[in-house]
Amino acid sequence: MHRTGELYGQYKTLEQQKETASLGMWIFLVQEILFFGGIFLAYSINRHLYPTAFGIGGNMLSLPLGFANTVVLIASSFTMAMSVWSAQTSKKQLVPIFLILTLILGCVFLGVKVKEYKDKFDHHLIPGHGFDITYCSKNPAACHLEGKDLADELKEIKEGVEVEGGETALNAHAQLYFSLYFGMTGLHALHMVVGAGLLLWLILEARKGRFDANYNTPVENIGLYWHFVDIVWIFLFPLLYLINRHLA
Amino acid sequence: MSENGHHVVSPKLYAAILAALLAGTWITVQAAKIDLGRWNIVLALLIATIKMTLVILFFMHGKYSPKRTQLVIISGFFWLAIMLGLTMTDYSTRPAPEPGRSANPPVSAIYRA
Repeated sequence: MHRTGELYGQYKTLEQQKETASLGMWIFLVQEILFFGGIFLAYSINRHLYPTAFGIGGNMLSLPLGFANTVVLIASSFTMAMSVWSAQTSKKQLVPIFLILTLILGCVFLGVKVKEYKDKFDHHLIPGHGFDITYCSKNPAACHLEGKDLADELKEIKEGVEVEGGETALNAHAQLYFSLYFGMTGLHALHMVVGAGLLLWLILEARKGRFDANYNTPVENIGLYWHFVDIVWIFLFPLLYLINRHLA
Repeated sequence: MSENGHHVVSPKLYAAILAALLAGTWITVQAAKIDLGRWNIVLALLIATIKMTLVILFFMHGKYSPKRTQLVIISGFFWLAIMLGLTMTDYSTRPAPEPGRSANPPVSAIYRA
């Protein structure tokens, strides 16, 4: 069955029908806010308890990659908004173009994330048996560290070991940071993958010219989802990447 | 208002929001490089909250939504604030541990070398 925006029996007006769809989407997103809220709470408590280890962990992430990804995701939110505008103004040929741009930007984001995860793997920063927060300071060549960066890292680790009460303690608390890093960015990336799947479906439908001023609820609601995922990253970026940048 | 009720936001306004979000991202990175002590996190969260508000109001059309939908949006953040606020006031007002004694569980309880 293809919906084309005709009025269903339980609604009085098309406006009411559209508002109901958007209200339902928002109720789902409120649930998502609280779903992510739990993990943000876990982050807040542990960062409060182990500020030094979290600062060191945060400085091990790549600021240029994190910054670039933030820009990419914000740009994808803009192209998503533009696809909603194209549908609302019945510019049918523009809808799939903006959706494809959104999908491309989303894939760039995920690609950069893969590169970051791979680096953390190489640097022994995956929580578990091989985890070693001091790996990069001990093997600077493997992490492409030299000069001031290396000196900063050595100083930071040395101070961290003193504050946290030994290397084992620092390692344990830094593992909490990286568990949260992978948990939070992984859950976010999973939402991106789901979003990419939804976009793919939307592109196929949009190419058939299904969405116009009369009927564009799927574009609008998937747009809401995409913007929500962008908002999560707007918070993840400063919380994970920018904790103690003034030390680095 | 379009013919079917939903507000159409102009590409011009979308572009302005995009510019504001990119500017906010740049400012938050620069602010993080200055040592403001405990205010670093406050400033970072303030900028992120402003960016989020812009996304909700304009990209997500929150500004043009019916009051009922706006109430649902606000309720989400209200419950989130209760969860984060009450938990963190507890943690942040616990007494500092005595020197040499940790208030936290021993490392051996959470990590084995």
